[in-house]
Order: sequence, then structure tokens, then C-alpha cells
Amino acid sequence: MESVQSHRKIMTGNEAVAVGVKLAKVKVIAAYPITPQTTIVEELADMVANGELDSKFIEVESEHSAMSAVTASEASGVRSYTASSSHGILYMHEPLHWAAGMRLPLVMSVVNRAIGPPWNIWGEQTDTFNQKDTGWLQIYCESNQEAMDSILLGYKIAENKKILLPVMNMLDAFTLSHTSEPVDVRNQKKAAEYVGDLELDSKLDFKNPAGYGSLLGPDGPFMEMKKDMRDSMYNAIGTIKNEISNFNEQFSAELPGLTDNFMMEDADYALVTAGAISSTAKYTVRKLREKGQKVGLIRLYFYRPFPGEDVLKAVKGLKGLGVVERNLSFGQRGPTYEDVATSLYGRVDIPIRNYVVGLGGRDIRVKDFERMFEDLVEGDNEIEWVNVGVK
Amino acid sequence: MYEVRFHGRGGQGAVTASKILATAAFLEGKWVTSFPFFGTERRGAPVTAFTRVDDRRIELRSQIYEPDAVIVLDRSLMSIVNVTEGLKNEGVIIVNGKSGNLKEAGKFKVGYVDATSIALRNGLGDPSHPIVNTAILGAFSKISDLVSLQSIKSATTDMVPSKKKENVNAIQEAYEETELN
Repeated sequence: MESVQSHRKIMTGNEAVAVGVKLAKVKVIAAYPITPQTTIVEELADMVANGELDSKFIEVESEHSAMSAVTASEASGVRSYTASSSHGILYMHEPLHWAAGMRLPLVMSVVNRAIGPPWNIWGEQTDTFNQKDTGWLQIYCESNQEAMDSILLGYKIAENKKILLPVMNMLDAFTLSHTSEPVDVRNQKKAAEYVGDLELDSKLDFKNPAGYGSLLGPDGPFMEMKKDMRDSMYNAIGTIKNEISNFNEQFSAELPGLTDNFMMEDADYALVTAGAISSTAKYTVRKLREKGQKVGLIRLYFYRPFPGEDVLKAVKGLKGLGVVERNLSFGQRGPTYEDVATSLYGRVDIPIRNYVVGLGGRDIRVKDFERMFEDLVEGDNEIEWVNVGVK
Repeated sequence: MYEVRFHGRGGQGAVTASKILATAAFLEGKWVTSFPFFGTERRGAPVTAFTRVDDRRIELRSQIYEPDAVIVLDRSLMSIVNVTEGLKNEGVIIVNGKSGNLKEAGKFKVGYVDATSIALRNGLGDPSHPIVNTAILGAFSKISDLVSLQSIKSATTDMVPSKKKENVNAIQEAYEETELN
């Protein structure tokens, strides 16, 4: 048997993603480079050029075209992939709806980066929180290991015939994308067996031409198709749980559930986070626990479908809950707050507070999480801005 | 947990040095992360990079504010960057230079090495752009007991795309020539 060290490699988040795409036997890649996603695409282009990855690499002139190209290739029954970030994903917003509405099981990586102006290339999740209503499943990764594993899991879930919806995998700019850390590289043969071959019941076929996405009037099954799509997303939760267990078993992996509940059993106060900041939050929770404070963390691994029932179960018995947003919504509290509050409304009576952190790449430190835990006890602002106005 | 901060200029290989150090510790069975200061890199501009080493999986993902060691690849930075900022008492600082008069030097373990000359005589870079990142790690392994000299050499051999032998020689020479102040 191979030793752990032999398949454990030091790699950046972007390298881990590219290896994940190779492991998933993706056949078409179309992408437009944008910082900090660029090295994913460069790595994949290298793999295709040197024959390591048997895939068609399509260079396009924009993100809109990248999504349109992979929509067409996926509709032909060929496993396809793209990656983007920030303004690139905003430009892709329209074809994102098309890909999901056509029930195409694409997987895309998004390296979360701030939205301008002012121009900013650093980490923030507003870009993909703006895409939460496009019909894509959304996964926020905490580590480079998850960034690799979630590509394989993503195709497995997306291509499940009960789901048939695309999956968007997120990793935080620089904090994961350009950070090197140990990753267990999954065995290529096992990975290929795990994802299997893509088989769509209905696909573009020159011999049997058919139209897709054509006009349906108010009385046509337009509304029924939207309902079916919404039902499929919502009902996917059970399938996702099974697939995560299956993945962990097959690869001796450690993917969490839709939520990752950390030291929640007897917690009085807890925070809700998504993405790489969750690691620093866990570090803080551990530190505060050593001082005797009963604190915990609920990390949202999946954001769509939203794991409301899991959050409800995890928060029972809490005296206070704080929802941390690394994104910004105007004129209302943050989207994560809304989703958490909706899931708990009328079912538990726990005060919920909302925190905005780390916009435009502002570093998120242990002392910031400590302050949030303090504020949970005594704070009273509608939204608390963390580490703002001190620079 | 042991935390290291690198100061260099774009093109000198500070980011690669942080990865080589992480890889060396990884080869010794440690958990590691290494990352650049999240900025836009330009040749000649000040660059900061970081390495964390621990016995368990590393959860802390903020930048490093109180390093255990600082490695300065270009001493001209010392007039524009406070390289010892946050450095712990008794912390290690390695400076690329024959000697120097570091402020508050008594608080730290200070090592000087002429990594530029060592790099150049081993054919690493050219006089306007010497590649000093591997030599300086040889010096680090002498002053700090974080990783062995052999692990630095092995990690370098794994990671540098060319001139493997020259890099290993530079590491050895730097190790021998480093002076503890």
C-alpha cells in the first residue's frame, strides 16, 4: 500500500482545483483568465498541451462566451468545465441561468474576489452571493483539499438524474487560491471510476435535431419546469448527504455534511461562516474553549441548497448566534443572515446578529472573531462592521 | 506553531523560498502553509511571503503579525520596511549581507550571510538579479532548528526547475559562511 506521504503534495488551491478537474476526466474546458483564477486555467492549459489531460481547451474572448461554450458542449453530453472570478462571474450571470435552466450538470470553480469600484483583486464573496438565485448548487470550500474533492463530488451530484443542476465551487482569493498546503491527491483510476461517464438522456445530436430552450407561453409548461427545477434543488439535500458519505468512504476523505458543526454540542454562543475564514474561526473557537468559553461554529459547506434544517438542529440550546458575511447587500441585512433567520423563524427563539467582515481582502484575524463572540453577548447594532475604520 | 516572514523584492524568489521552507518542514512530517502577501507583484517592488509550520493541521489563515523568524533577501529593503516589526523576543532574523547594525539586535538571534556573492559564484542569476532565495535558506537552517540542512536541500532539489546542483551548493556554502551576531 502507498504511504500517505507519497500522494500528499504541497499545492495551492488553484493547483488543487486543476488536478481535481483532471481527476474528473473533463472533456471540454472553455475559460477566460481573470486574477486570481488565472493559474487554474494556465495549469489546465498546460495539462492539455502536454497530453496529461485528454480534453478540448477552447480559448474564448469573454466569460459570457466561456459559459455559452460549455453550455453547448455539456448539452452534447460531454463533461465540461469552466472557472472564473469577480467581474467575470458577473458578466456570466445571464448564461448561468441558461445552463441551470437547461438542466446541464456543469461544474465551475469561482475564486471569490471583490467587486469594483474601487478596483480590487482581493478576497470577498459578493461575486457568488450575487449568483445564489441562478439555479446552481453552491459549495464554499475551506481548504485546498476540499477544493480538489469538491470538483469530483460536484460532478457526481450535478449528474445525478434526480438533480441535474450545475455546481459552483468556491474558493477564497489568495487565502486558498495562492496558498500552498498539503493535499491528498486522489487516485486517478479510483476518481475516474467514481465519477463514471456522463450519460444524459437528452442531448444535442446532429442526426436527431431538436430544439432546446425555445419559447413557451404563459400556459405552456414554463412555470411547471421552473417548479421542477426548484423541487430538484430542494430535494437534493438527501442525495448530497449520501454522496458525501459515499465519497468519504471511497477516498478516506473528511468532507463535512452540508454544514460543518464545530464544537457545537454544548455551545452557548456560535457563529455561522462560509469559506476559508472558517478555519481562522475554528482556531479562535479552540482558543476560547481553552479559556472555558462555550463557543462553537457552524460552517456552511453548501449554501445552495441552503441546509436550513441542519442549521436549525445545530443551533438548538444556543443563547446567541452570529451570522458572518464576507459579502455585502445594500438596503437589507446580509443574504446569509436572511437565510439563517428564515430557517429558524418561529421554530427557535435565539437572538441573531449579523457581521460584515473582510471586504476587499481585509485580513480577518483571531481578534476579529474574538470581538464577534464578545459582541454576541452585549452588542445591539443592526449590522456590526468588523475591523472597519481602524486602518 | 512556528511562523516565518520573508522580505524580498519581486523577482528575487521570496515566494518560492517560503514554499521551499514549507516543503522542507513537510518532508520532516510537519503540517505547513505558505503564502505570499496578497498583492500584485512587480519586479523590484517589495514582496512579503509567509510560512507556517505546526505539528497539526494549520487552521489559522490570517497574515503573520508576530513571526518567530524573519528572512530578509534584500537588505536595501531595511531602510523602507520595518523588517523586525512584531518579531518575537529571541526570534531569528537572517539578513542577506556581510554584516550590519540592526536596530535592537540584542533582542534577536541575528545571522548575516552574503547570499548575493554565494548565489553569483554558483551561477544563480546575474549581478543585477541574483537569485538568493535558496542560499538564504541554508543560513536559516544554521541559526534556527526548525528544519535540517538536508531537508532544505531535498526540498530545493524537488522544487527548483533547473540548476539543482548549483542551488544545493549555494545552500551548503551559505550554511558554512553564516555568522551569528
